[in-house]
Amino acid sequence: MTAAREHELPVVTAPRVGVPWTLVALAVLLGAVLVGLVVGPVPIGVGEIARSALARLPFLHVSSPLDGAQDAIVWELRLPRVVLGGLVGGMLALAGASYQGIFRNPLADPYLLGVAAGAGLGATLMIVNGASDGSLFLPLAAFAGGVVAVAAAYLIGRSVGGRTTSTLILAGVTVAAFFTAVQMFVQQRGIGTLNEVYTWLLGGLSTAGWRDVATILPYVVISAVVLLLHRRTLDVLAVGDEEARSLGIDVTRVRLLLVAAATLGTAAAVAVSGLIGFVGIVVPHLVRLVVSSSYRVIMPLSIVVGASFLVLADVIARTILSPAELPIGVVTAFVGAPFFALVLRTTRSSG
Amino acid sequence: MSAVALDSVSVSAGGKTIVDGVSLVVERGEWVSVLGPNGAGKTTLLRVLAGTIGFRGEATLEGRPVASLRRREAARLVAVVPQTPVVPAAMTVAEYALLGRTPHLAPLAQEGAEDRAAAAAALARLDLEEFAARELGSLSGGELQRAVIARALAQEAPILLLDEPTTALDIGHQQQVLELVDGLRREEGLTVVAAMHDLTLASQYGERIVLVDRGRIVAEGAAEEVLTAERLEKLYGARVRVVGEGRELVVIPVRST
Repeated sequence: MTAAREHELPVVTAPRVGVPWTLVALAVLLGAVLVGLVVGPVPIGVGEIARSALARLPFLHVSSPLDGAQDAIVWELRLPRVVLGGLVGGMLALAGASYQGIFRNPLADPYLLGVAAGAGLGATLMIVNGASDGSLFLPLAAFAGGVVAVAAAYLIGRSVGGRTTSTLILAGVTVAAFFTAVQMFVQQRGIGTLNEVYTWLLGGLSTAGWRDVATILPYVVISAVVLLLHRRTLDVLAVGDEEARSLGIDVTRVRLLLVAAATLGTAAAVAVSGLIGFVGIVVPHLVRLVVSSSYRVIMPLSIVVGASFLVLADVIARTILSPAELPIGVVTAFVGAPFFALVLRTTRSSG
Repeated sequence: MSAVALDSVSVSAGGKTIVDGVSLVVERGEWVSVLGPNGAGKTTLLRVLAGTIGFRGEATLEGRPVASLRRREAARLVAVVPQTPVVPAAMTVAEYALLGRTPHLAPLAQEGAEDRAAAAAALARLDLEEFAARELGSLSGGELQRAVIARALAQEAPILLLDEPTTALDIGHQQQVLELVDGLRREEGLTVVAAMHDLTLASQYGERIVLVDRGRIVAEGAAEEVLTAERLEKLYGARVRVVGEGRELVVIPVRST
């Protein structure tokens, strides 16, 4: 090839999150974490928190400006709540993005597919049968319920025969309604644990502690690693099953693996936080609209933006009616439902 | 060794036989045009070659049995230009061409410098340099078809399958696309198997014509021998007249009055 010819070659780069967007996303996350630590009935400033953090490091000899109670509020109440919110938000957003890629369906989301309802039923069955909140098996029971739900939604959607966007979602909504009904029944029958189930269902992050973080962390890490490793594969799946096969992808195997991974992560999130909707659809679409349509961009950014979104939603949930708490799902739905309507409109108009 | 060899290949779906005992050999560097009425099984035959559908019988690509190939291996031997590609509208032409590198990447890896160079060369080969950063959704039919071929070319497979590559194009773009593919075949030594609709274009570009009907090969050979008025009338249920000679055949529909 001559030098002149080489000179004409177009610039070809694989899509990835550039440095500017990485910085923006991390700045947003840092801001959300600080807001989550600072806001609350007991006023504690950013500077005090920073010095208290330094005081916890060895060899620095910084003394903490916080008294015992303030210290406990920051490190045992607010921080685990922020971390858990971040984990749950990041996980739900990543799972939503993954479902959208796996099913090539812009409306796919852990809630609309029935995964969350199935996971909720699995967790409720465990609680009613005596498992304590924070048990390591709670996420596994939720996972089993989630897998059954997503498989049912997929099979029903396929048996209807429609390859359209809405068929899968309608099937998912049907499955979700059914699983929710069963869950209500189980919950009402196990009247002795009703309180516990309710707290868990609506509780959001209000009972968050380090134990919850430890409960879901391994599942979230496994799920996120598997999903992120397949970010390019999801871009290939965008050309449809037949073409993805002809490009060398084992579509059936990949789809099974990714559905399992996304469902495991969703189940872990649901097991500690209860039902929080719309994160999985709002966040990936925001990234898609503003930054790029490549899953190599959507997936990593969704984690960071989803974490920030849920941490901030939780701040609103615990302050707007203070001292009472609003379930965090109310806040995410308040923002998410109108956004969802917008997404619906754009996917409809583009066929 | 032949590029493609099929021996008594059959495909059934839903109790219906779509491909019925097809045997076919395509030599390296050859262009074979597959013709036949709608629903004759042309697309399914191509899917057998691409290894994306189950079948009975024997099929080999470059001497290797299709049934024993893993997906990645098959994709390194065969590139497909589908009849109606699924178009992710917001993807850029360059990103789309890079998808062709999928079978060459280690599992879960991202594209390296070599892959970017291969995609860039494929875009240049199809005069798509200026379109590299354009989104697929903004392309015209002819430009899009070139982008799809660029993706197939980036795949660097020795066998190229085309499924009615010119159906959506006007006569100018039809000619342009087929000339391009024929040039690639000559220069890169590709083997081309193309399902075609247009009988005249099929005879102009195909060195050999394979006529299929109801899943079977009913005639095979040079255009002149295969495309007779009698045979076409029987196969397509049309009244036609064939004029010209050699590979310059024109099939003219005859009106009944």
